[in-house]
Amino acid sequence: MNAISTTLRPAELEWELPERGRVAMFALIAAEAAIFSIFVVAYLFYIGKSLSGPLPAEVLSPPFLYTICLLSSSLTIHFAAKRIRSANVRSFGAWWLLTIILGAIFLYGTASEWHRLIYEDGLTITTNLFGTTYYSLVGLHGFHVIVGLLGLTTVMVFTLFGTVKQEHAERIDVLSLYWHFVDAVWIVVFTVVYIIGR
Amino acid sequence: MSTESIAWPSTPVESRSFVDRLHEWIATVDHKRLGILYMIYALVFLMIAGIEATVIRIQLIRPHNDFVSPQVFNRLFTMHGTTMIFFVIMPFLFGFANYLMPLMIGARDMAFPRLNAFSFWMTAFGGLLLYFSVVGANGLYGAGNAPDVGWFAYAPLTSRTFSIGHSTDFWTLALLVSGVGSIGTAVNIIATVLCLRCPGMTLAKMPLFAWLNLVMAGLVILCVSPLTAAQMMLVIDRYLGGHFFDTQAGGSAVIWMHFFWVFGHPEVYVLVLPAFAFASEIIPVFSRKPIFGYPVMVGATVAIGFISMSVWAHHMFTVGMSSAANNFFVISTMAIAVPTGIKIFNWLATMWGGKIEFKTPMLFCIAFLFQFLVAGLTGIMQGAAPFDWHLGNSYFVVAHFHYVIVGGILFCFFGAFYYWFPKMSGKMYSETLGKLHFWLFLIGFHLTFDFMHIPGLLGMPRRIYTYEPGRGWDTWNLIVTIGVFFQAAGILVFLGNLIWSYFRGKVAGNDPWDAWTLEWSTNSPPPVYNFASIPEVKSRRPLWDLKHPDDPDWEYE
Repeated sequence: MNAISTTLRPAELEWELPERGRVAMFALIAAEAAIFSIFVVAYLFYIGKSLSGPLPAEVLSPPFLYTICLLSSSLTIHFAAKRIRSANVRSFGAWWLLTIILGAIFLYGTASEWHRLIYEDGLTITTNLFGTTYYSLVGLHGFHVIVGLLGLTTVMVFTLFGTVKQEHAERIDVLSLYWHFVDAVWIVVFTVVYIIGR
Repeated sequence: MSTESIAWPSTPVESRSFVDRLHEWIATVDHKRLGILYMIYALVFLMIAGIEATVIRIQLIRPHNDFVSPQVFNRLFTMHGTTMIFFVIMPFLFGFANYLMPLMIGARDMAFPRLNAFSFWMTAFGGLLLYFSVVGANGLYGAGNAPDVGWFAYAPLTSRTFSIGHSTDFWTLALLVSGVGSIGTAVNIIATVLCLRCPGMTLAKMPLFAWLNLVMAGLVILCVSPLTAAQMMLVIDRYLGGHFFDTQAGGSAVIWMHFFWVFGHPEVYVLVLPAFAFASEIIPVFSRKPIFGYPVMVGATVAIGFISMSVWAHHMFTVGMSSAANNFFVISTMAIAVPTGIKIFNWLATMWGGKIEFKTPMLFCIAFLFQFLVAGLTGIMQGAAPFDWHLGNSYFVVAHFHYVIVGGILFCFFGAFYYWFPKMSGKMYSETLGKLHFWLFLIGFHLTFDFMHIPGLLGMPRRIYTYEPGRGWDTWNLIVTIGVFFQAAGILVFLGNLIWSYFRGKVAGNDPWDAWTLEWSTNSPPPVYNFASIPEVKSRRPLWDLKHPDDPDWEYE
């Protein structure tokens, strides 16, 4: 029934192609980076254009501790991915849990900063252009941290139930790529909001 | 790679009830079915947006006409533009990419079948959301229903103050939702092309169709995302009280223009690259020659992809940018004509000395070559900032971009429909009706869009609801509207041809065109698994090698 294609020779030569999960994650990261870049451009464009206070210099202070937490979580997830490749599930779980804790600490940092800004400094998304751009950009990043943490927690639950094995190393690599991206974006956001923006 | 495919039970279609078959289509993850769903969906919206265009033209047929009210007119051109770009051409091109890509690169499905289905339904719901505004957007009495802010929705017209009710919300949410679908499909296309090619098909041996769609998917990722970001900002402004585009609070209306056109111009290339892809497959087959200058074609495609990201502000010369910015965007706009010109020369060189068969798909592609050239020339006219100050926002602009989108892109899509219809349906279309469609549409197209340039040059602004007599616009507008009826007749013949041929057409066979790419090696229509065994290729024209073992291509490539 398949007259011509059956006469094509079946695959026999060596043929290696990139892994589809990695490629798709890189493509998704490119799309996300484009979204972030628009918000970053808006932030940079509107620096100093607010018509009323509070202004960044008055209310923002760089969250160094939480930044160190988030950036070091890139390191811990790297160790975790390394452990699962060598089938060391127990050690993988420990590093993975540490990553989640570090991510959660960062998220707490953002939440407490927002709480202080809203209730003590009176800065909301409607207050001025600084409020609008600040909450949008930091909020967009925070949203990505939340999505990443949901992904990480799902893997953690499966690890606790003992279903995560060495064969899942590639998928875990793909997820850790996303987490690295979330961390890398924070370097940009941090620079723009807390260094240039003040 | 073939182990990921899903084996479907091959029970005969007759034994299943209508509900079962409907369920199968709705729950499908098969790339061919999703491709056909995309196309049917796009055809439905083509009808709707075509009717909107017809009503717009009837309103403008003579001065002081009152066929529709000014409010309805604003809604019509907004819905026409938004629908044609996001819910006709985009689904068309994703449909073709979905259907053909795995077949052309010798794979059994896309890289992520479920993501594929998700993306389709996101796009589909986006379109439904846009049209639900007609009944759902009546937030306040007299606040309108369908969106009426124009397809690029300039700020501050979209702010709560000037757009009360929910019509703009439907517009922005529809684009957000379908944008997510577009990005999903683009990710899928990239992963499919890079990871699922059959053995032997190196990047340099892919059909040009795969290359062009790969670059198209890359552009979708880089340009639809900014649109998504801009829509998020608009939602923040409208619902959370943000000030991104609120000039009262120091916000900028011009930054919306930048954000929109950062999407808007690459989007033109997103739409046109698949049209190039069809031309690059159809012209060689009907000229009986391999494509001329394959590596240059690939290089020109990638160059277009890069340059198209840096030309967006040529939509904004009349805004009053600095002269440095004007110069930059004039030069980049001129620069993009170079790779595009290379492509036109290569298609001509492919036809040169070939044994050209003037079948319907080829007719559409030849018309595309001429019309796209003219569209490019008027594009260069407007790409020169001083000239654009005269032409900006006039009917000349409308004529220009319809020349690109109808004369260039839509003609190629029609060609592609005829070319691959035998593969998708297993039946041959009627050549007589196909030629009738071609000539009707060609005459209608030229009546409408050739003559539309002139009132534009005479100063007729776009988007006006009616005009005064005696300005020299009357006759031109009459001719333009007459052309629309020819186009509409052509489209009806086209749809009639598709339906008639599907039920009554002759059996087409696997390879009716004596073509060279892999999709013609399998059955028509292809089985769910596409290929009984995954093929192995040695050149860009695997079926040529197969049919001519004495003189295969791979000896020369």
